[in-house]
Amino acid sequence: MDPTTNFWATPGGWTLITVAQIMAVILPLLVALAFFMLADRKIWAGVQMRKGPNVVGPFGLLQSFADLIKFVLKELVIPDGADKFVFLLAPVLTFTLAMVGWAVIPFAPGWVVSDINVGVMYLFAISSLGVYGIIMGGWASNSKYPFLGSLRSAAQMVSYEVSIGFVIITVILLAGTMNLQTIVENQAGGFWNWYVFGGDGLRGLPIALVMIPMAVIFFISALAETNRPPFDLPEAESELVAGYQVEYSSSPFLLFMIGELVSIVLMCAVISLLFFGGWQAPFVLGFEHTWPPTVQSFYGLMWFVMKICFFFFLIAMAKAIVPRYRYDQLMRLGWKVFLPTSLVAVALVAAWRVFGPAAA
Amino acid sequence: MALAIAFYLLAAVTVGSGFAVVSSRNPVHSVLFLILSFFSAAGLFVTLGAEFLAMLLVVVYVGAVAVLFLFVVMMLDVDFAALRQGFARYMPLGGLVAGILAIEMIVVATAVSTQGAARLNDTPTVHTDVSNAETIGRVLYTDYVYFFQAAGLVLLVAMIGAIVLTLRHKPGVRRQVIADQVARGPKSGMRIVQIKSGQGIDQ
Repeated sequence: MDPTTNFWATPGGWTLITVAQIMAVILPLLVALAFFMLADRKIWAGVQMRKGPNVVGPFGLLQSFADLIKFVLKELVIPDGADKFVFLLAPVLTFTLAMVGWAVIPFAPGWVVSDINVGVMYLFAISSLGVYGIIMGGWASNSKYPFLGSLRSAAQMVSYEVSIGFVIITVILLAGTMNLQTIVENQAGGFWNWYVFGGDGLRGLPIALVMIPMAVIFFISALAETNRPPFDLPEAESELVAGYQVEYSSSPFLLFMIGELVSIVLMCAVISLLFFGGWQAPFVLGFEHTWPPTVQSFYGLMWFVMKICFFFFLIAMAKAIVPRYRYDQLMRLGWKVFLPTSLVAVALVAAWRVFGPAAA
Repeated sequence: MALAIAFYLLAAVTVGSGFAVVSSRNPVHSVLFLILSFFSAAGLFVTLGAEFLAMLLVVVYVGAVAVLFLFVVMMLDVDFAALRQGFARYMPLGGLVAGILAIEMIVVATAVSTQGAARLNDTPTVHTDVSNAETIGRVLYTDYVYFFQAAGLVLLVAMIGAIVLTLRHKPGVRRQVIADQVARGPKSGMRIVQIKSGQGIDQ
């Protein structure tokens, strides 16, 4: 056995290559986040006919980096009665959980850190853990407003998780697999094969009547799950100052903010993977297979990034134009509207799979 | 070897955090350690190759059940001194129950390893071509479908029970009726009146 060729199969080599893959995902993601943050503020400003950040760098492009330096250099204040360990653990947990979700996201054919066959379940499990950062932060602050904010968020995120779970089940039923790579491959061949349109060309078109509302429900639930406006009740500044973040300053606050933004972008990625074909182009040109494999991969990556940006734009627009929900209305929407609708949709899609034209 | 390292690490964290659940003074810390213990148990499932069960454990126990635990424990104003009163009095009884439980678990584990499924001579048919989620689904919806449905019914009854216990209609509370609000148009919601100067409106 030649030791040089088998180095990558040894535990050391395997660890090295995995760390390199993780870095290849995280570093571009963190850099992209700076610009997502700026885009969020610019879109918000545009809707309100302001200019938005425009001082640091050309068009304010470097604003996020200036903010980063500002946060890191500020003094870290820990409240006197706070539970120090849990207080500092909460933002780290939020940030870590938002990051680990990206481990199963396929960016292009074969470009995925961990190609596990329960990828969708993994994403669901990770997003259901996100609530802990907020609850722990709110409790450990030992203060009224953060605690109220964290109680709100616990109820809100648990409620909307249920409908997200049912929407994910409809996609799993159509795909017949929980592997994200396979789910995206099944949607190849043009936008009429995306699961939002039933996933089977013209034959699947009737079930699009169910799947289009499911995509909408997923989008709205994703807003509630990531505490984005109009569902940002855990940090409603007019009622709770800033909710669970009140006592946070400096780097822990930065971690909360980045973690929140990463999970928003992650939700954009998930909705494009599950419903809008991930890296698949909406139209097949017919000569892609003649390109070198690397070019094909980057072509797929380009479509995936474009879809993520599109959904991020929608989320930013929702922040700018929709007023905040009242808390009882939020609960009513989750339990009395989304839950029954998605339950019926699961039954309909299951019936479609058994009795429809694609039945085996 | 990597698997062995992962197993011993996860097992040590599971046992250690399980111990911390009962030994920590602050109940919220106890729940947080309980969550850590659930999470490492899910990791142990992954080392067994049962990744679907591991994800279910995280979604159901860590993501939902433990959140409600934490929710309740945080709302309670626990008096730590009162909690520790009578510790010595209940110690023998608690020790007895723990001892009986330990003996039972050892007996069951021995029985399973010598006579049960772990003996590996009456292995159920394993489809190697499908993932373990599919295998669980096949077993659950064929051989055990009635038990599965019965478990669902038990949960449904528990849910209805909880709702019946907590649902009360207070008389005299004004509730929002969304349908009424949506159905309200300019005709029913607005009245145009001509007011003569100095007279006002008679209601």
